[in-house]
Amino acid sequence: MAEQRAPNLREKDGPRGVEATLAWRRGDLAIELDIALPSRGITALFGPSGAGKTSCLRAIAGLDRGSEGRLSLGDELWQDSARRVFVPPHRRRLGYVTQEASLFVHRSVAGNLDYGYRRAGRPKHIDRDALIDQFGLRALLGRSIEALSGGERQRVAIVRALLSDPSLLLFDEPLSALDATARNDLLGRLETLHAALAVPMIYVSHAIDEVARLADHLVLLDAGHVVAQGPLQATLTRLDLPATLVEAVGAVIEGTVAGHDAHDHLTELAFVGGTLFVPRRRDVVGQRLRCRIGARDVVLTHERQTGSSALNQIRARVIAMADADHPSQCLVQLDAGGSVLLARITRRSWHALALMPGSEVWAQVKAVALGA
Amino acid sequence: MMPLLSTQDLQAFGLTLRLAATVTAMLLLLGTPLAWWLAQTRSRWQRPVAAVVALPLVLPPTVLGFYLLLLLGPHGAVGRLIAAMGLSALPFTFGGLVVGSVLYSLPFVVQPLHNAFEAIGVRPLEVAACLRASPFDRFFSIACPMALPGFITAAVLGFAHTMGEFGVVLMIGGNIPGQTRVLSMRIFDHVEAGEYSQAHTLSLCLLVFSFAALLAMSLLRPRRHERG
Repeated sequence: MAEQRAPNLREKDGPRGVEATLAWRRGDLAIELDIALPSRGITALFGPSGAGKTSCLRAIAGLDRGSEGRLSLGDELWQDSARRVFVPPHRRRLGYVTQEASLFVHRSVAGNLDYGYRRAGRPKHIDRDALIDQFGLRALLGRSIEALSGGERQRVAIVRALLSDPSLLLFDEPLSALDATARNDLLGRLETLHAALAVPMIYVSHAIDEVARLADHLVLLDAGHVVAQGPLQATLTRLDLPATLVEAVGAVIEGTVAGHDAHDHLTELAFVGGTLFVPRRRDVVGQRLRCRIGARDVVLTHERQTGSSALNQIRARVIAMADADHPSQCLVQLDAGGSVLLARITRRSWHALALMPGSEVWAQVKAVALGA
Repeated sequence: MMPLLSTQDLQAFGLTLRLAATVTAMLLLLGTPLAWWLAQTRSRWQRPVAAVVALPLVLPPTVLGFYLLLLLGPHGAVGRLIAAMGLSALPFTFGGLVVGSVLYSLPFVVQPLHNAFEAIGVRPLEVAACLRASPFDRFFSIACPMALPGFITAAVLGFAHTMGEFGVVLMIGGNIPGQTRVLSMRIFDHVEAGEYSQAHTLSLCLLVFSFAALLAMSLLRPRRHERG
Protein backbone atom coordinates (compact mmCIF):
# COMPACT_ATOMS: atom_id res chain seq x y z
CA MET A 1 0.00 0.00 0.00
CA ALA A 2 1.34 3.37 -0.96
CA GLU A 3 1.96 5.91 1.72
CA GLN A 4 -0.19 8.90 1.24
CA ARG A 5 0.01 12.33 2.71
CA ALA A 6 -3.36 13.95 2.86
CA PRO A 7 -3.04 17.28 1.06
CA ASN A 8 -5.71 18.95 3.17
CA LEU A 9 -3.99 18.12 6.44
CA ARG A 10 -2.22 21.42 6.77
CA GLU A 11 -3.99 24.71 6.41
CA LYS A 12 -2.34 26.48 3.53
CA ASP A 13 -0.82 29.39 5.39
CA GLY A 14 -1.56 28.29 8.90
CA PRO A 15 1.11 27.68 11.52
CA ARG A 16 2.90 24.37 11.34
CA GLY A 17 2.94 21.71 14.02
CA VAL A 18 5.17 18.67 14.28
CA GLU A 19 6.85 17.76 11.02
CA ALA A 20 9.01 14.68 11.04
CA THR A 21 10.82 12.47 8.61
CA LEU A 22 12.68 10.08 10.87
CA ALA A 23 13.93 6.55 10.42
CA TRP A 24 15.39 4.16 12.96
CA ARG A 25 15.37 0.54 14.07
CA ARG A 26 13.85 -0.91 17.20
CA GLY A 27 15.00 -4.50 17.42
CA ASP A 28 13.80 -6.22 14.25
CA LEU A 29 11.36 -3.46 13.36
CA ALA A 30 12.43 -0.76 10.94
CA ILE A 31 10.42 2.34 11.75
CA GLU A 32 9.80 5.22 9.38
CA LEU A 33 7.92 8.18 10.70
CA ASP A 34 6.83 10.61 8.03
CA ILE A 35 4.25 13.01 9.38
CA ALA A 36 3.11 16.61 9.11
CA LEU A 37 0.70 17.50 11.88
CA PRO A 38 -1.45 20.56 12.46
CA SER A 39 -0.38 23.13 15.03
CA ARG A 40 -3.48 22.68 17.15
CA GLY A 41 -5.75 19.93 18.32
CA ILE A 42 -5.20 16.30 19.17
CA THR A 43 -3.54 13.94 16.73
CA ALA A 44 -4.04 10.30 17.54
CA LEU A 45 -1.24 7.91 16.72
CA PHE A 46 -3.21 4.73 16.30
CA GLY A 47 -2.22 1.22 15.38
CA PRO A 48 -2.01 -2.36 16.60
CA SER A 49 0.36 -3.17 19.45
CA GLY A 50 3.90 -3.62 18.21
CA ALA A 51 3.38 -1.07 15.41
CA GLY A 52 5.98 1.22 16.98
CA LYS A 53 3.69 3.91 18.44
CA THR A 54 5.58 4.41 21.70
CA SER A 55 8.87 4.30 19.85
CA CYS A 56 7.64 7.15 17.64
CA LEU A 57 6.67 9.22 20.65
CA ARG A 58 10.07 8.65 22.25
CA ALA A 59 11.79 9.70 19.02
CA ILE A 60 9.73 12.90 18.90
CA ALA A 61 10.58 13.59 22.55
CA GLY A 62 14.26 13.00 21.84
CA LEU A 63 14.51 10.26 24.45
CA ASP A 64 16.02 7.79 21.99
CA ARG A 65 18.86 9.17 19.96
CA GLY A 66 18.99 6.37 17.41
CA SER A 67 16.88 8.02 14.72
CA GLU A 68 18.11 9.71 11.56
CA GLY A 69 16.29 12.49 9.79
CA ARG A 70 14.61 15.76 10.50
CA LEU A 71 12.13 16.85 13.14
CA SER A 72 10.65 20.24 13.87
CA LEU A 73 7.81 21.87 15.74
CA GLY A 74 6.69 25.00 13.96
CA ASP A 75 9.79 27.13 13.51
CA GLU A 76 11.80 25.23 16.10
CA LEU A 77 14.20 22.70 14.64
CA TRP A 78 14.60 19.81 17.09
CA GLN A 79 16.61 17.38 15.04
CA ASP A 80 18.45 17.45 11.75
CA SER A 81 20.88 14.57 11.36
CA ALA A 82 22.40 16.08 8.21
CA ARG A 83 23.38 19.19 10.14
CA ARG A 84 24.10 17.35 13.39
CA VAL A 85 21.36 19.22 15.19
CA PHE A 86 19.82 17.47 18.17
CA VAL A 87 17.96 19.42 20.83
CA PRO A 88 17.91 17.40 24.07
CA PRO A 89 14.49 16.63 25.63
CA HIS A 90 14.80 19.17 28.43
CA ARG A 91 15.02 22.01 25.90
CA ARG A 92 12.05 20.85 23.79
CA ARG A 93 9.28 22.04 26.15
CA LEU A 94 7.41 18.75 26.22
CA GLY A 95 4.56 17.48 28.31
CA TYR A 96 5.05 13.72 28.30
CA VAL A 97 2.54 11.45 30.01
CA THR A 98 3.22 7.73 29.98
CA GLN A 99 1.06 4.65 30.33
CA GLU A 100 1.83 4.08 33.99
CA ALA A 101 2.24 7.37 35.80
CA SER A 102 5.91 7.85 36.51
CA LEU A 103 5.55 10.19 39.42
CA PHE A 104 8.51 11.02 41.62
CA VAL A 105 7.97 8.89 44.73
CA HIS A 106 10.30 11.05 46.81
CA ARG A 107 8.02 14.05 46.36
CA SER A 108 4.46 14.80 47.44
CA VAL A 109 1.68 15.43 44.93
CA ALA A 110 2.34 19.18 45.14
CA GLY A 111 6.08 18.54 44.82
CA ASN A 112 5.45 16.56 41.65
CA LEU A 113 3.13 19.20 40.20
CA ASP A 114 5.60 22.00 40.85
CA TYR A 115 8.65 20.19 39.47
CA GLY A 116 8.10 21.31 35.89
CA TYR A 117 6.09 24.41 36.83
CA ARG A 118 9.03 25.83 38.78
CA ARG A 119 11.50 25.01 36.02
CA ALA A 120 9.24 26.70 33.48
CA GLY A 121 9.49 29.84 35.63
CA ARG A 122 5.92 29.70 37.04
CA PRO A 123 4.50 31.28 33.86
CA LYS A 124 1.68 33.77 34.42
CA HIS A 125 -0.49 32.44 31.61
CA ILE A 126 -0.81 29.05 33.30
CA ASP A 127 -3.57 28.96 35.90
CA ARG A 128 -2.19 26.42 38.37
CA ASP A 129 -5.21 26.57 40.67
CA ALA A 130 -7.69 26.13 37.86
CA LEU A 131 -5.88 23.07 36.51
CA ILE A 132 -5.67 21.54 39.99
CA ASP A 133 -9.42 21.99 40.42
CA GLN A 134 -10.25 20.87 36.89
CA PHE A 135 -8.55 17.54 37.56
CA GLY A 136 -9.81 17.24 41.13
CA LEU A 137 -6.39 17.31 42.80
CA ARG A 138 -7.05 19.99 45.44
CA ALA A 139 -7.55 17.48 48.26
CA LEU A 140 -4.54 15.39 47.23
CA LEU A 141 -1.84 18.08 47.21
CA GLY A 142 -0.22 17.06 50.49
CA ARG A 143 -0.46 13.31 49.88
CA SER A 144 2.46 11.03 49.16
CA ILE A 145 2.47 9.25 45.81
CA GLU A 146 2.12 5.84 47.44
CA ALA A 147 -1.28 6.86 48.81
CA LEU A 148 -2.79 7.53 45.37
CA SER A 149 -5.00 5.31 43.22
CA GLY A 150 -4.12 4.60 39.59
CA GLY A 151 -6.56 7.21 38.29
CA GLU A 152 -5.29 9.83 40.73
CA ARG A 153 -1.70 9.17 39.69
CA GLN A 154 -2.56 9.72 36.02
CA ARG A 155 -4.37 12.95 36.85
CA VAL A 156 -1.30 14.19 38.74
CA ALA A 157 0.95 13.19 35.83
CA ILE A 158 -1.27 15.03 33.33
CA VAL A 159 -1.49 18.23 35.38
CA ARG A 160 2.25 18.07 36.06
CA ALA A 161 2.84 17.97 32.30
CA LEU A 162 0.38 20.83 31.64
CA LEU A 163 1.98 23.00 34.33
CA SER A 164 5.41 22.78 32.72
CA ASP A 165 4.21 25.15 29.97
CA PRO A 166 4.69 22.65 27.14
CA SER A 167 4.72 23.52 23.47
CA LEU A 168 3.80 19.93 22.61
CA LEU A 169 1.93 17.34 24.64
CA LEU A 170 2.83 13.68 24.17
CA PHE A 171 0.36 11.26 25.74
CA ASP A 172 1.27 7.57 25.58
CA GLU A 173 -1.82 5.47 26.32
CA PRO A 174 -2.56 7.41 29.50
CA LEU A 175 -5.79 5.47 30.13
CA SER A 176 -4.76 1.91 29.32
CA ALA A 177 -3.68 0.92 32.82
CA LEU A 178 -6.89 2.19 34.47
CA ASP A 179 -10.09 0.40 35.45
CA ALA A 180 -13.28 1.26 33.57
CA THR A 181 -14.56 3.85 36.07
CA ALA A 182 -11.29 5.75 36.31
CA ARG A 183 -10.88 5.52 32.54
CA ASN A 184 -14.30 7.04 31.82
CA ASP A 185 -13.72 9.78 34.37
CA LEU A 186 -10.39 10.74 32.88
CA LEU A 187 -11.65 10.45 29.29
CA GLY A 188 -14.33 13.01 30.18
CA ARG A 189 -11.73 15.34 31.69
CA LEU A 190 -9.55 14.99 28.60
CA GLU A 191 -12.52 15.92 26.39
CA THR A 192 -12.92 19.09 28.46
CA LEU A 193 -9.20 19.74 28.21
CA HIS A 194 -9.34 19.23 24.44
CA ALA A 195 -11.80 22.08 24.00
CA ALA A 196 -9.45 24.55 25.73
CA LEU A 197 -6.14 23.18 24.52
CA ALA A 198 -3.86 25.80 22.98
CA VAL A 199 -0.95 23.50 22.12
CA PRO A 200 -0.89 20.41 19.89
CA MET A 201 -1.09 16.98 21.43
CA ILE A 202 -0.01 13.61 20.07
CA TYR A 203 -2.07 10.92 21.68
CA VAL A 204 -0.95 7.31 21.34
CA SER A 205 -3.68 4.73 21.70
CA HIS A 206 -4.79 1.33 20.55
CA ALA A 207 -8.37 1.88 21.76
CA ILE A 208 -10.48 3.23 18.90
CA ASP A 209 -13.17 4.64 21.20
CA GLU A 210 -10.60 6.94 22.87
CA VAL A 211 -9.40 8.04 19.46
CA ALA A 212 -12.96 8.67 18.23
CA ARG A 213 -13.78 10.81 21.25
CA LEU A 214 -10.57 12.83 21.49
CA ALA A 215 -8.75 13.12 18.19
CA ASP A 216 -9.07 15.72 15.45
CA HIS A 217 -6.44 14.15 13.27
CA LEU A 218 -5.27 10.65 12.86
CA VAL A 219 -2.00 8.96 11.98
CA LEU A 220 -2.40 5.25 11.37
CA LEU A 221 0.69 3.22 12.04
CA ASP A 222 1.27 -0.38 11.03
CA ALA A 223 4.50 -2.37 11.36
CA GLY A 224 6.59 0.76 11.78
CA HIS A 225 5.10 2.67 8.86
CA VAL A 226 2.59 5.45 8.51
CA VAL A 227 -0.17 3.93 6.37
CA ALA A 228 -2.54 6.88 6.45
CA GLN A 229 -2.83 10.29 8.01
CA GLY A 230 -5.37 13.05 7.87
CA PRO A 231 -8.47 14.44 9.52
CA LEU A 232 -10.07 11.88 11.82
CA GLN A 233 -13.38 11.31 10.02
CA ALA A 234 -11.88 11.10 6.55
CA THR A 235 -9.07 8.78 7.60
CA LEU A 236 -11.25 6.40 9.58
CA THR A 237 -13.61 5.91 6.63
CA ARG A 238 -10.90 5.10 4.10
CA LEU A 239 -11.26 1.83 2.27
CA ASP A 240 -7.57 1.20 1.58
CA LEU A 241 -6.34 0.51 5.12
CA PRO A 242 -4.37 -2.66 5.85
CA ALA A 243 -6.12 -5.66 7.37
CA THR A 244 -4.63 -5.07 10.83
CA LEU A 245 -6.50 -1.77 11.06
CA VAL A 246 -9.74 -2.73 9.39
CA GLU A 247 -11.51 -3.49 12.68
CA ALA A 248 -11.03 0.12 13.70
CA VAL A 249 -12.60 1.68 10.64
CA GLY A 250 -15.99 3.28 10.88
CA ALA A 251 -17.63 6.64 10.86
CA VAL A 252 -17.23 9.22 13.57
CA ILE A 253 -20.22 11.51 13.50
CA GLU A 254 -19.90 14.87 15.16
CA GLY A 255 -23.06 16.80 15.86
CA THR A 256 -24.89 18.73 18.52
CA VAL A 257 -27.30 17.46 21.13
CA ALA A 258 -30.75 18.28 19.78
CA GLY A 259 -32.74 16.99 22.72
CA HIS A 260 -33.31 14.28 25.26
CA ASP A 261 -36.16 11.84 25.54
CA ALA A 262 -36.48 11.40 29.27
CA HIS A 263 -39.09 8.65 28.98
CA ASP A 264 -37.07 6.35 26.73
CA HIS A 265 -33.66 7.52 28.01
CA LEU A 266 -32.44 8.56 24.59
CA THR A 267 -30.46 11.51 23.32
CA GLU A 268 -31.02 12.91 19.85
CA LEU A 269 -27.95 14.05 17.99
CA ALA A 270 -28.25 16.37 14.98
CA PHE A 271 -25.50 16.11 12.41
CA VAL A 272 -24.87 16.99 8.78
CA GLY A 273 -26.95 14.36 7.02
CA GLY A 274 -29.64 13.64 9.60
CA THR A 275 -30.24 12.83 13.21
CA LEU A 276 -29.21 9.92 15.38
CA PHE A 277 -30.70 8.48 18.53
CA VAL A 278 -28.10 7.33 21.01
CA PRO A 279 -28.46 6.01 24.57
CA ARG A 280 -28.99 8.90 26.99
CA ARG A 281 -25.90 11.09 27.46
CA ARG A 282 -25.37 13.65 30.16
CA ASP A 283 -24.44 16.40 27.70
CA VAL A 284 -26.74 19.42 27.62
CA VAL A 285 -28.76 20.48 24.57
CA GLY A 286 -26.59 22.37 22.09
CA GLN A 287 -23.35 20.75 23.22
CA ARG A 288 -21.16 19.16 20.58
CA LEU A 289 -21.03 15.42 20.76
CA ARG A 290 -19.20 12.67 18.93
CA CYS A 291 -20.52 9.29 18.15
CA ARG A 292 -18.69 6.41 16.52
CA ILE A 293 -20.63 4.16 14.15
CA GLY A 294 -18.72 0.96 13.66
CA ALA A 295 -18.89 -0.52 10.16
CA ARG A 296 -20.26 -3.78 11.60
CA ASP A 297 -23.23 -1.98 13.13
CA VAL A 298 -24.66 -0.68 9.85
CA VAL A 299 -27.34 -2.54 7.87
CA LEU A 300 -28.17 -1.43 4.33
CA THR A 301 -31.67 -1.57 2.83
CA HIS A 302 -33.27 -0.25 -0.34
CA GLU A 303 -36.39 1.06 1.36
CA ARG A 304 -36.96 2.90 4.58
CA GLN A 305 -38.12 0.20 6.98
CA THR A 306 -41.27 0.57 9.01
CA GLY A 307 -41.12 -2.67 10.89
CA SER A 308 -37.53 -2.45 12.09
CA SER A 309 -36.18 -2.22 15.62
CA ALA A 310 -33.25 -0.13 14.38
CA LEU A 311 -34.02 3.38 15.63
CA ASN A 312 -31.76 5.16 13.19
CA GLN A 313 -32.33 5.17 9.46
CA ILE A 314 -30.11 7.44 7.45
CA ARG A 315 -30.49 8.21 3.76
CA ALA A 316 -27.18 7.67 1.98
CA ARG A 317 -25.58 7.11 -1.39
CA VAL A 318 -22.94 4.48 -2.09
CA ILE A 319 -19.58 6.05 -2.90
CA ALA A 320 -17.37 3.00 -3.27
CA MET A 321 -16.85 -0.59 -2.24
CA ALA A 322 -13.69 -2.43 -1.25
CA ASP A 323 -12.63 -5.85 -0.02
CA ALA A 324 -12.78 -6.44 3.70
CA ASP A 325 -10.31 -8.65 5.56
CA HIS A 326 -12.53 -11.71 5.04
CA PRO A 327 -13.40 -12.91 1.52
CA SER A 328 -17.11 -13.16 2.38
CA GLN A 329 -17.33 -9.46 3.21
CA CYS A 330 -16.87 -6.03 1.76
CA LEU A 331 -16.71 -2.47 3.02
CA VAL A 332 -19.14 0.04 1.58
CA GLN A 333 -18.41 3.73 1.80
CA LEU A 334 -21.52 5.89 2.00
CA ASP A 335 -22.25 9.57 1.69
CA ALA A 336 -24.99 10.62 4.10
CA GLY A 337 -25.63 14.23 3.13
CA GLY A 338 -21.98 15.16 3.59
CA SER A 339 -21.06 12.76 6.39
CA VAL A 340 -19.19 9.65 5.39
CA LEU A 341 -20.44 6.34 6.80
CA LEU A 342 -18.97 2.90 6.44
CA ALA A 343 -20.86 -0.39 6.33
CA ARG A 344 -19.40 -3.87 6.47
CA ILE A 345 -21.75 -6.24 4.66
CA THR A 346 -21.45 -9.63 3.00
CA ARG A 347 -20.65 -9.85 -0.69
CA ARG A 348 -23.83 -11.85 -1.08
CA SER A 349 -25.86 -8.87 0.19
CA TRP A 350 -23.95 -6.49 -2.06
CA HIS A 351 -24.98 -8.58 -5.05
CA ALA A 352 -28.49 -9.36 -3.79
CA LEU A 353 -29.22 -5.65 -3.37
CA ALA A 354 -27.55 -4.99 -6.75
CA LEU A 355 -25.55 -2.17 -5.19
CA MET A 356 -23.07 -0.07 -7.09
CA PRO A 357 -21.49 3.34 -6.67
CA GLY A 358 -24.32 5.85 -6.90
CA SER A 359 -27.00 3.54 -5.46
CA GLU A 360 -29.41 5.17 -3.03
CA VAL A 361 -29.76 3.21 0.22
CA TRP A 362 -30.94 3.51 3.78
CA ALA A 363 -28.34 2.87 6.44
CA GLN A 364 -29.88 1.39 9.55
CA VAL A 365 -28.02 1.73 12.80
CA LYS A 366 -29.14 0.24 16.10
CA ALA A 367 -29.05 2.93 18.81
CA VAL A 368 -27.88 0.15 21.12
CA ALA A 369 -24.63 -0.01 19.15
CA LEU A 370 -23.94 3.66 19.84
CA GLY A 371 -23.52 3.28 23.58
CA ALA A 372 -21.26 5.65 25.38
CA MET B 1 43.08 0.99 89.45
CA MET B 2 44.20 1.69 85.91
CA PRO B 3 41.87 3.83 83.78
CA LEU B 4 39.91 1.87 81.21
CA LEU B 5 41.73 3.52 78.33
CA SER B 6 45.25 4.93 78.51
CA THR B 7 46.17 8.29 76.98
CA GLN B 8 47.82 6.46 74.14
CA ASP B 9 44.70 4.40 73.59
CA LEU B 10 42.57 7.54 73.54
CA GLN B 11 45.00 9.14 71.11
CA ALA B 12 44.71 6.12 68.81
CA PHE B 13 40.94 6.33 69.15
CA GLY B 14 40.84 10.00 68.16
CA LEU B 15 43.21 9.43 65.27
CA THR B 16 41.11 6.55 63.98
CA LEU B 17 37.91 8.61 64.13
CA ARG B 18 39.66 11.48 62.32
CA LEU B 19 40.93 9.10 59.66
CA ALA B 20 37.54 7.46 59.18
CA ALA B 21 35.75 10.82 58.93
CA THR B 22 38.29 12.21 56.43
CA VAL B 23 38.24 9.07 54.34
CA THR B 24 34.43 8.85 54.34
CA ALA B 25 34.12 12.47 53.23
CA MET B 26 36.65 11.94 50.44
CA LEU B 27 35.05 8.68 49.38
CA LEU B 28 31.61 10.28 49.06
CA LEU B 29 33.13 13.10 47.02
CA LEU B 30 35.07 10.77 44.71
CA GLY B 31 32.75 7.76 44.84
CA THR B 32 29.53 9.57 43.91
CA PRO B 33 30.59 10.71 40.45
CA LEU B 34 32.36 7.39 39.89
CA ALA B 35 29.25 5.41 40.89
CA TRP B 36 27.06 7.68 38.74
CA TRP B 37 29.34 7.11 35.77
CA LEU B 38 29.31 3.34 36.36
CA ALA B 39 25.50 3.37 36.54
CA GLN B 40 24.97 5.58 33.48
CA THR B 41 27.72 4.81 30.99
CA ARG B 42 27.50 2.44 28.08
CA SER B 43 31.26 2.60 27.60
CA ARG B 44 33.18 -0.63 27.11
CA TRP B 45 35.38 0.54 29.98
CA GLN B 46 32.51 0.20 32.42
CA ARG B 47 33.23 -3.41 33.38
CA PRO B 48 37.02 -3.11 33.67
CA VAL B 49 36.65 0.02 35.82
CA ALA B 50 34.03 -1.70 37.99
CA ALA B 51 36.42 -4.63 38.44
CA VAL B 52 39.28 -2.35 39.48
CA VAL B 53 37.02 -0.60 41.99
CA ALA B 54 36.02 -3.98 43.42
CA LEU B 55 39.61 -5.25 43.67
CA PRO B 56 40.12 -4.32 47.36
CA LEU B 57 37.24 -6.65 48.22
CA VAL B 58 39.33 -9.69 47.29
CA LEU B 59 42.90 -8.40 47.39
CA PRO B 60 44.80 -8.97 50.67
CA PRO B 61 45.21 -5.50 52.22
CA THR B 62 48.91 -6.15 52.64
CA VAL B 63 49.25 -6.54 48.87
CA LEU B 64 47.47 -3.24 48.28
CA GLY B 65 49.58 -1.60 50.99
CA PHE B 66 52.79 -3.04 49.54
CA TYR B 67 52.13 -1.68 46.05
CA LEU B 68 51.07 1.66 47.46
CA LEU B 69 54.30 1.78 49.43
CA LEU B 70 56.28 1.15 46.26
CA LEU B 71 54.22 3.62 44.24
CA LEU B 72 54.24 6.41 46.82
CA GLY B 73 57.79 5.79 48.06
CA PRO B 74 60.73 7.99 47.04
CA HIS B 75 61.49 5.71 44.06
CA GLY B 76 57.88 5.15 43.00
CA ALA B 77 56.29 7.01 40.09
CA VAL B 78 53.79 8.89 42.22
CA GLY B 79 56.37 9.44 44.98
CA ARG B 80 58.76 11.09 42.55
CA LEU B 81 55.96 13.24 41.15
CA ILE B 82 55.04 14.36 44.65
CA ALA B 83 58.67 15.11 45.43
CA ALA B 84 59.00 17.05 42.18
CA MET B 85 55.99 19.14 43.22
CA GLY B 86 57.86 19.99 46.39
CA LEU B 87 55.50 18.10 48.68
CA SER B 88 56.62 15.78 51.45
CA ALA B 89 56.49 12.03 50.89
CA LEU B 90 53.26 10.26 51.81
CA PRO B 91 54.35 6.92 53.33
CA PHE B 92 54.29 6.83 57.12
CA THR B 93 52.17 9.98 57.36
CA PHE B 94 48.50 10.65 58.04
CA GLY B 95 48.11 11.71 54.41
CA GLY B 96 49.50 8.36 53.29
CA LEU B 97 47.00 6.61 55.53
CA VAL B 98 44.16 8.61 53.98
CA VAL B 99 45.25 7.70 50.44
CA GLY B 100 45.61 4.01 51.33
CA SER B 101 42.30 3.91 53.17
CA VAL B 102 40.42 5.67 50.39
CA LEU B 103 41.57 3.04 47.91
CA TYR B 104 40.95 0.19 50.33
CA SER B 105 37.41 1.31 51.24
CA LEU B 106 36.45 2.45 47.74
CA PRO B 107 34.24 -0.54 46.85
CA PHE B 108 32.35 -0.22 50.13
CA VAL B 109 31.19 3.23 49.08
CA VAL B 110 31.00 2.90 45.29
CA GLN B 111 29.05 -0.35 45.16
CA PRO B 112 26.07 0.72 47.33
CA LEU B 113 25.91 4.00 45.41
CA HIS B 114 26.18 2.24 42.06
CA ASN B 115 23.36 -0.13 43.04
CA ALA B 116 21.22 2.72 44.35
CA PHE B 117 21.68 4.75 41.17
CA GLU B 118 20.91 1.72 39.01
CA ALA B 119 17.78 0.92 41.02
CA ILE B 120 16.30 4.30 40.09
CA GLY B 121 16.04 3.18 36.47
CA VAL B 122 15.92 5.48 33.45
CA ARG B 123 12.23 6.35 33.72
CA PRO B 124 12.31 9.00 36.50
CA LEU B 125 15.27 10.66 34.81
CA GLU B 126 13.52 10.70 31.43
CA VAL B 127 10.40 12.10 33.03
CA ALA B 128 12.46 14.84 34.67
CA ALA B 129 14.11 15.60 31.32
CA CYS B 130 10.66 16.04 29.78
CA LEU B 131 9.87 18.45 32.63
CA ARG B 132 12.77 20.65 31.57
CA ALA B 133 15.41 19.43 34.02
CA SER B 134 18.97 19.55 32.65
CA PRO B 135 21.28 16.54 33.25
CA PHE B 136 22.92 18.36 36.18
CA ASP B 137 19.54 19.29 37.62
CA ARG B 138 18.29 15.69 37.22
CA PHE B 139 21.28 14.37 39.14
CA PHE B 140 20.61 16.60 42.15
CA SER B 141 16.81 16.75 42.09
CA ILE B 142 16.05 13.14 41.17
CA ALA B 143 19.03 10.79 41.36
CA CYS B 144 20.50 11.92 44.69
CA PRO B 145 17.26 12.09 46.70
CA MET B 146 16.10 8.75 45.27
CA ALA B 147 19.47 7.17 46.09
CA LEU B 148 19.49 8.49 49.65
CA PRO B 149 19.39 5.00 51.27
CA GLY B 150 22.40 4.12 49.12
CA PHE B 151 24.26 7.18 50.42
CA ILE B 152 23.54 6.19 54.02
CA THR B 153 24.74 2.63 53.43
CA ALA B 154 27.82 3.87 51.60
CA ALA B 155 28.78 6.34 54.34
CA VAL B 156 28.30 3.85 57.17
CA LEU B 157 30.17 1.05 55.41
CA GLY B 158 33.00 3.34 54.34
CA PHE B 159 33.36 4.76 57.83
CA ALA B 160 33.14 1.43 59.66
CA HIS B 161 35.47 -0.30 57.24
CA THR B 162 38.10 2.42 57.62
CA MET B 163 37.79 2.24 61.41
CA GLY B 164 38.92 -1.35 61.48
CA GLU B 165 41.56 -1.57 58.77
CA PHE B 166 44.93 -3.03 59.58
CA GLY B 167 46.87 -4.45 56.67
CA VAL B 168 47.11 -1.29 54.57
CA VAL B 169 47.99 0.74 57.66
CA LEU B 170 50.67 -1.73 58.62
CA MET B 171 52.34 -1.47 55.22
CA ILE B 172 52.01 2.21 54.45
CA GLY B 173 51.38 3.92 57.78
CA GLY B 174 53.67 2.26 60.22
CA ASN B 175 52.91 2.78 63.87
CA ILE B 176 53.74 6.38 64.74
CA PRO B 177 51.81 7.64 67.81
CA GLY B 178 49.47 10.50 66.94
CA GLN B 179 50.32 10.14 63.25
CA THR B 180 49.53 6.69 62.04
CA ARG B 181 48.94 4.59 65.14
CA VAL B 182 45.27 3.71 64.70
CA LEU B 183 43.09 1.45 66.86
CA SER B 184 43.82 -1.78 65.08
CA MET B 185 47.59 -1.16 65.43
CA ARG B 186 47.10 -0.36 69.11
CA ILE B 187 45.22 -3.61 69.66
CA PHE B 188 48.00 -5.49 67.91
CA ASP B 189 50.59 -3.77 70.17
CA HIS B 190 48.64 -4.67 73.29
CA VAL B 191 48.39 -8.31 72.26
CA GLU B 192 52.10 -8.40 71.39
CA ALA B 193 52.87 -7.03 74.84
CA GLY B 194 50.54 -9.53 76.49
CA GLU B 195 48.17 -6.76 77.64
CA TYR B 196 45.04 -8.71 76.91
CA SER B 197 42.65 -6.67 79.03
CA GLN B 198 43.56 -3.45 77.19
CA ALA B 199 43.29 -5.25 73.86
CA HIS B 200 39.94 -6.49 75.07
CA THR B 201 38.63 -3.01 75.87
CA LEU B 202 39.63 -1.59 72.49
CA SER B 203 38.38 -4.62 70.57
CA LEU B 204 35.06 -4.42 72.37
CA CYS B 205 34.82 -0.73 71.47
CA LEU B 206 35.27 -1.58 67.78
CA LEU B 207 32.84 -4.48 68.00
CA VAL B 208 30.14 -2.34 69.61
CA PHE B 209 30.80 0.46 67.16
CA SER B 210 30.50 -1.84 64.14
CA PHE B 211 27.27 -3.33 65.44
CA ALA B 212 25.84 0.10 66.22
CA ALA B 213 26.79 1.32 62.75
CA LEU B 214 25.03 -1.56 61.02
CA LEU B 215 21.98 -1.20 63.26
CA ALA B 216 21.81 2.54 62.63
CA MET B 217 22.07 1.86 58.91
CA SER B 218 19.05 -0.41 58.89
CA LEU B 219 17.08 1.95 61.14
CA LEU B 220 17.88 4.97 58.98
CA ARG B 221 16.82 3.22 55.82
CA PRO B 222 13.28 4.34 55.01
CA ARG B 223 10.87 1.48 55.27
CA ARG B 224 9.25 0.47 52.01
CA HIS B 225 5.63 1.53 51.95
CA GLU B 226 3.09 -1.18 51.44
CA ARG B 227 1.17 -0.50 48.26
CA GLY B 228 -2.55 -0.74 48.97
